[in-house]
Amino acid sequence: MAQAPVLPRGFELPLEPRLPRVGSVDAVALEERAASLAKRSIKREAKVFALELAVRMMDLTTLEGQDTPGKVAALASKAIRPDPSDAGIPSVAAICVYPNLVPSAVARVEGTSVKVASVATAFPSGQSPIETKLEEVRWVVENGADEVHMVIDRGPFLSNRYAKVYDEIVQVKEASGQVRLKVILEVAELGTYDNVRRASLLAMAAGADFIKTSTGKLPGAATLPVTLCMLEAIRDVYEETGRMIGMKPAGGIRQAKQAVHYLVQLHETLGVEWLTPDLYRLGASSLLNDVLMQLRKEKTGAYQSPDYFTVD
Amino acid sequence: MTELERKQDRTPVPKEWAYAPAPESRDLVTLDDRYGHYVGGTWLEPSETYTTISPATEEPLAEVGQATPEEVEAAVAAARDAFENGWSGISTAERAKYLFRIARILQERAREFAVLESLNGGKPIKESRDVDLPLAAAHFFYYAGWADKLEYAFPNRRPRPVGVAGQIIPWNFPLLMLSWKIAPALAAGNTVVLKPAETTPLSALLFADVLRQAELPPGVVNIVTGDGRAGAALVKSEGVDKIAFTGSTEVGKAIQRELAGTGRKLTLELGGKAANIIFDDAALDQAVEGIVNGIYFNQGHVCCAGSRLLVQESIYEPVVEKLKRRLTTLRVGDPLDKNTDVGAINSEEQLERIRELVESGEQEGAEIYQPPCRLPEKGYWFAPTVFTNVAQSYRIAQEEIFGPVLSVLTFRTPEEAVEKANNTPYGLSAGVWTEKGSRILWMAERLRAGVVWANTFNRFDPSSPFGGYKESGFGREGGRHGLEPYLNFDGGESSGG
Repeated sequence: MAQAPVLPRGFELPLEPRLPRVGSVDAVALEERAASLAKRSIKREAKVFALELAVRMMDLTTLEGQDTPGKVAALASKAIRPDPSDAGIPSVAAICVYPNLVPSAVARVEGTSVKVASVATAFPSGQSPIETKLEEVRWVVENGADEVHMVIDRGPFLSNRYAKVYDEIVQVKEASGQVRLKVILEVAELGTYDNVRRASLLAMAAGADFIKTSTGKLPGAATLPVTLCMLEAIRDVYEETGRMIGMKPAGGIRQAKQAVHYLVQLHETLGVEWLTPDLYRLGASSLLNDVLMQLRKEKTGAYQSPDYFTVD
Repeated sequence: MTELERKQDRTPVPKEWAYAPAPESRDLVTLDDRYGHYVGGTWLEPSETYTTISPATEEPLAEVGQATPEEVEAAVAAARDAFENGWSGISTAERAKYLFRIARILQERAREFAVLESLNGGKPIKESRDVDLPLAAAHFFYYAGWADKLEYAFPNRRPRPVGVAGQIIPWNFPLLMLSWKIAPALAAGNTVVLKPAETTPLSALLFADVLRQAELPPGVVNIVTGDGRAGAALVKSEGVDKIAFTGSTEVGKAIQRELAGTGRKLTLELGGKAANIIFDDAALDQAVEGIVNGIYFNQGHVCCAGSRLLVQESIYEPVVEKLKRRLTTLRVGDPLDKNTDVGAINSEEQLERIRELVESGEQEGAEIYQPPCRLPEKGYWFAPTVFTNVAQSYRIAQEEIFGPVLSVLTFRTPEEAVEKANNTPYGLSAGVWTEKGSRILWMAERLRAGVVWANTFNRFDPSSPFGGYKESGFGREGGRHGLEPYLNFDGGESSGG
């Protein structure tokens, strides 16, 4: 368990190994840098490389009140074999579902490389008692989820009760055991890049394996600048401690071209070592078909109608 | 899962992700084999020529004229004629119309000009496309707006055009410097003889075609090409009422000596050795971007480049570490490739000068860092360079290198930062990086530099005046201030001229 902060507002928590200074973020320059990276022109074999990587990094997601085992089964099939007409297309990284659907999902992807990720901790608001959240985490882990996605409690964060947020992440990390923990910051509710950086460092200090932008339930989810801001925090943690933390932008990434921009940004910020689904995921529900369409265009030279790609 | 199983779970990491070449099409621009001087709205066959090349490949691009004093005089006479017989007398709204036309044509032909600028100058296409061309058009738009409002810009002073302006521009931003010079001169009612730099005449020569398209009356803008001899002839010409020069301090001093006592007006925009000052509370990753943009933008061929980095001692290590890491991601190479960040050095002569100064830095004891990068075999190239352990007395901390070479120094207090920043014969620009607004203002009051950027660097806007202190020159370009050197007023000389 963490202790209360020594200093009133900062992160001077007694953490080992030492964390980078919190620092600040200049919004104008951050957005400028993100925009300039998005101008890279990625063509031919470099593009095919990026698109295939994007498929392997994708978390196919369905988080709806109307989700059923049937819907999850369809999603799982798509995840395992995204393009039935092209066996060369790799499986996606994971499918991401609500806790109740974990057992169905686990049954469907058994024996494949596709992982099952479950949201937990009163997703998407996080506004439930800690005991309830921990119980939910234990339940999804027991039912075979490979990855747990928690949301941080934005209420305490925005009222500067950082220790409470920190403690909660530590407890969820404990409850999830060996299962990979992704911590969702819900950046749209944090208001400033300074807060995004602070929350990123806080989550990583508390034991996050991944940090993730958004629940996908709010407008203004992942953007290039906010993702860059989080990647820079990850880089600082890596430089200070040697720990490699993963990143997942989620929400609003719908086109293959955007996915390539995200990967260029990753490549030029954290380097080639991060170009793996172990350290980067793209959260998306409608991106996959556009990537498949672009991949087939690169192979055949012509665009095909959307009717040739399955809607699941 | 055991730790071992988790390891086996890992997917392999690729060795590299090499971006495929993404060249902009060279066919966007068509060049003649040979160009003359553009005088009185027609091409004057030159008596002497030289070959202009692409510094990235040393490939010859075209033959251009080396103007003789007689050819320069012909251009001055054409400008005088246009001034006396038309241009100074037409309505100011009419003048504005031509400037608006030029601005729009530059926008329409932006891709063509961008390719030519990169081809002849060596700068990355993304920079000529995203910086040089938009700003060049913006300058014409901006001064077009002033052309019929001079009475309001200088109330009760009866602003009048000076006459014939002789304008000599450098090779680092050929078209942009052309627009900085021509736009205010025409807006104020002057006519112009422009001499582009020896190594980069082509965009100015293509600009003559823009003037034709805009139907600018003949003789209002004349373009003569050649080396320093052509520039000297223009400076000496008695038919010129005002000289505007952007270039080296050495040549600037010679021009000032030449014009002393002649009554001809002069503005000089010369060298710089700007300090980029990083305080320990700055947003570090963004400051590092600013450092990179400050010195590696346009291969460091920028008079206001942030060539001296002053870092507060407490953050020296992380800043240098981040900077070195960032340098490894800079892509040096083909200027026409859309992914190139750093292009070719403009000329062999400039490359020699950079090499000589870098050698002196190593000999004086500074520590050099260059990221691993493969430079093309042909052409003029220099890897992005950082010097640490630099003392204020080293040549690399004092002299303008005009290349992609950064000298890193440290300071402890704001007072020391100001003292070190001002301790240079130059005073063109400075950068301050801090989250503290009051400190920005405190610093800006004390820095002896024409431009002080706060939490940014190398940012330009036509409405913002630009110019130097001390050996960086005098007079301002841009903004309302930029009109003054091109105007005479009741009650004597303007402060700007």
